[in-house]
Amino acid sequence: MKAIEALNFPSDVKYTDDHEWAKIEGDLVSVGISDYAQDQLGEIVFVEMPEIGDTFGQGDEFGSVESVKAVSEIFLPIAGEIVGVNSELEDAPELVNTDCYGKGWLVKIKPADLSQMDSLKDQAAYLEMLKG
Amino acid sequence: MTQPGTSGLIFNEPELWEKSREGRCGISIPKSDVPRADLDPALTGDAPKLPQLSELDVVRHFTRLSQWNFCIDSGMYPLGSCTMKYNPKTNEVQAARKGFAAAHPLAGDEFSQGALKLMYELEQLLGQITGFPAVTLQPAAGAHGELTGMLMIHAWHAKQGKQRSKILIPDTAHGTNPASATLCGYRSVNIKSGSKGILEPRTIAEAMDEDTAGIMITNPNTLGLFEENIKEVCDIVHAKGGLVYGDGANMNAVMGIIKPGELGIDVLHLNLHKTFSTPHGGGGPGSGPVAVTRDLTPFLPVPRIEKKNGTYAFITNFPDTIGRMHTFYGHFGVMVRAFAYILSMGSDGLKRASQLAVLNANYIKESLKTTLDLPYDRPCMHECVFTDKSVQEYHISTMDMAKRLLDYGFHPPTVYFPLVVDAAFMVEPTETESKDDLDQFIAAVKAIVKEAASTPELLKSAPHLPKVTRLDEVAAARKPCLKG
Amino acid sequence: MRYLPHTRQDIDQMLAVTGHDGLDQLFETIPDSAKTKTGLNLPDPLSEWDLNATMEALCSQNAACRSYTCLMGAGSYDHHIPAIVPYLVSRSEFMTAYTPYQPEVSQGTLQGIYEFQTMVTALLGMDVATASHYDGGTALAECALIALHKSKKANKIAVSSLVHPSHRQIMKTYLHPSGYEMVDIPADKNGLTDAKAFKAMDGIAGVAVQSPNFLGNIEDLGHFKACADEKNCVFITSFTEALAYGLLKSPGCLGADLVAGEGQSLGMAKNFGGPGLGLLAGTQKMMRNLPGRFVGKTTDSNGRRGYVLTLATREQHIRREKASSNICSNNGLNAMTAAIYMAAAGKNGIREIARLNHDKAVYLKNILVGAGFESVYDGAFFNEFVLKAPAGFAARRRELAEKHNLFAGICLELYYPDMADHYLFCATETVSGQAMDLLAKELKS
Repeated sequence: MKAIEALNFPSDVKYTDDHEWAKIEGDLVSVGISDYAQDQLGEIVFVEMPEIGDTFGQGDEFGSVESVKAVSEIFLPIAGEIVGVNSELEDAPELVNTDCYGKGWLVKIKPADLSQMDSLKDQAAYLEMLKG
Repeated sequence: MTQPGTSGLIFNEPELWEKSREGRCGISIPKSDVPRADLDPALTGDAPKLPQLSELDVVRHFTRLSQWNFCIDSGMYPLGSCTMKYNPKTNEVQAARKGFAAAHPLAGDEFSQGALKLMYELEQLLGQITGFPAVTLQPAAGAHGELTGMLMIHAWHAKQGKQRSKILIPDTAHGTNPASATLCGYRSVNIKSGSKGILEPRTIAEAMDEDTAGIMITNPNTLGLFEENIKEVCDIVHAKGGLVYGDGANMNAVMGIIKPGELGIDVLHLNLHKTFSTPHGGGGPGSGPVAVTRDLTPFLPVPRIEKKNGTYAFITNFPDTIGRMHTFYGHFGVMVRAFAYILSMGSDGLKRASQLAVLNANYIKESLKTTLDLPYDRPCMHECVFTDKSVQEYHISTMDMAKRLLDYGFHPPTVYFPLVVDAAFMVEPTETESKDDLDQFIAAVKAIVKEAASTPELLKSAPHLPKVTRLDEVAAARKPCLKG
Repeated sequence: MRYLPHTRQDIDQMLAVTGHDGLDQLFETIPDSAKTKTGLNLPDPLSEWDLNATMEALCSQNAACRSYTCLMGAGSYDHHIPAIVPYLVSRSEFMTAYTPYQPEVSQGTLQGIYEFQTMVTALLGMDVATASHYDGGTALAECALIALHKSKKANKIAVSSLVHPSHRQIMKTYLHPSGYEMVDIPADKNGLTDAKAFKAMDGIAGVAVQSPNFLGNIEDLGHFKACADEKNCVFITSFTEALAYGLLKSPGCLGADLVAGEGQSLGMAKNFGGPGLGLLAGTQKMMRNLPGRFVGKTTDSNGRRGYVLTLATREQHIRREKASSNICSNNGLNAMTAAIYMAAAGKNGIREIARLNHDKAVYLKNILVGAGFESVYDGAFFNEFVLKAPAGFAARRRELAEKHNLFAGICLELYYPDMADHYLFCATETVSGQAMDLLAKELKS
């Protein structure tokens, strides 16, 4: 596992305490897991996804990310309806390791209340939490 | 001292279907002495695409495969929590007797008195060893016994008129415990063990309430330590109307020393394939009998065996039973082996086995504690738990040491379990290993720790002698290939 | 004791290292109040020779100690076991190894189980098969749980009343504490599961149908598949006689989503009911929902072919309380037995043995009808069928067992109270035409 300094935390996304990120893209919000989360999990072998049309509240478990010997639940940063899932991960779950903020995104949601984004941590607050 | 591990001629062998040739068959087809009666072709399909091989093809194939396995008969197998003791060969002879092996389960009690008597007597013997008045032999494995026991606890609470929602599970319990509890609808509450690696009554008192069905305790626990406060813990749980489930997977440490039934445990499962010497078979079949107090007897699975005027019978008429856990009566073939083992050992033999299992573990603990980190330096029972702390400076992990042990001719200990310590290296030598074997093992571990400092790459790329080197488990899980 | 290697001197030297005065002192951490005062009071230990005599005496009280004609099935079948099967599976490398957690030194078990999985998928026409379960009944109960866990709304599982009665009891035991409901689908007058009754049910997460069913009749699985699809529920099929699929259309080609069954017929002795072999297979879509172990193919660090336990994240030791099943061990040695049996029998052998079973069963049915028994169902069967016996048969049956070591059928009244005088017969390749003729002659006399 890498030192916090060696990991990448872009400033254009918001973070949760459970190490997911969320990013506003037009009317939708993209969701994934942070560089810290993917580094902790190690080589990811499978991502369990919700179905399009499922709705979740803020902080609800919407799937899980698996390495060879661990399973980690993933929680939705803000409430909303699933409108897109990253189907590329079915055949290439390693994208979550190699490009967690880009090609390794997990779902896109139509937010129920965009103001919930304000409850998430920005880059500085997240880094502060990680460094404890 | 020469280590047992060495390299020899290793055969290659393809997958079965690569050897298949159209038209071969490896079995003798019985002659037909009745007219052919064809089924409606609408019901029949193509013959299943099984490989086509001669008898010798099959013999060579599986003989070669077998030679790639490590087993107890080839060397020391000190897997913690698994009790890989010697599997006596006479037990195989007993189980293969025609009267047992060819017995049909539905032949009727009067034609099955030998099997019924054996099962009845085995129940009595296991009851005697554990201190409980009643035993069921039906569960097919340890986890199955656990489920049986938890279903009985669930049924007992239902009978009291109020179901409960939670169950306490210490961090030193076996991994199956939470899953078994979930199947009974209970939510697991994790209990931390104290600084000595055992449960503290205070922690239990704080967690136990009247919505908690009970506690699942492994004793000796998975750190190899005896739960010294067991009686107090049981009293606390009972005072709040809960029951105590005992995971008896580690019974090999304490036969003739303690009886769980005398300590306040209400339900206990045993593993015949651990404590009672039956072979593990590369993953089963096991057998997980469950022993209970008198209060829980009405809930035992059916059928049960009754002895009346010298004859034995299966009986099913128990209104409070949890029901049935196995299609017939459990793994009878495994029971025969365990029965033969207990009869061969007797009271003194079983107690001696526990004493020597504990002696062997303590001997390893004392001999290696200056070589490897020992997080709980206390007298242990049948197993001891080290970590990789002392070799971390060379960037060597528990896994690297485990793999290197293979080159020395030993099966590695259990690794990365229990979870309560980081990178556990958990050694359970069992009583059937001699001092000479243990000394060889100790020498191997010491040599490996020296290598960690001098030639760490030798450990990182280990093992070197087996047929294959480390396997790509990530690729296996990412693109599962589960058939050929 | 010959299993305990320690000499007096060894013990003294070891105690000196551990710092104990004697063996009793090793248990110093156990409070005195916890130690047993009653001790063990087991019979005196037996020498190997006395053990042989004791066990021989016990097993001679089982009728099976003499050769007998077995016309009983109902989940445990009498088949020829080729000598190579017990011979190979008794190799201690298979028998005395643990679960293959260290794959580098477990390739024998791993490749064998991988081949087992492959052959099971071929036999059942399914995409994936697990490394085995305890028995057919527990495998079926696991399938019911999969269907119920998958369904977001429905909490009922519809189970044919012609599924093996013990399997239904196991399902009930497993499902009860979670609050799931099991509804019975009745049988129709042809001894088949009543599809109409199933169609009328709602709130169903899955449906389980056994074929050949407990009465031996071959179900129309294709029709049930269509009914299951209408309800959008999981279609589970089960079986107790694995050899039937040497001849019958496979459950997979008839649309099963999950298949559970008993594999004892694939080279295992009856063993008074266990250990047998639980088989569990599913479609590709179900792969990650299946409980138990899987072996997968991969490569080692030098690029050579090898096998490992895989997809372990579904299992109890990782997912803990969130695991959908608590299963840990499989019946590994029995799976290896089945692998050896299927490899030896092969495509043609298994077909031929299966045909022989059917031929013998048809012959038996005909001669019993000729001897005064009444045929109950007209439909197709594999190697088991039901007949109504003439008056007084119960006594004759016992006499046949005592005098001729011939066990003629199983009384069905135990399982279905309205089936007094109905018997379930089974004939396999082990029964000679001569033995069946003798039975007919005895019954006519």
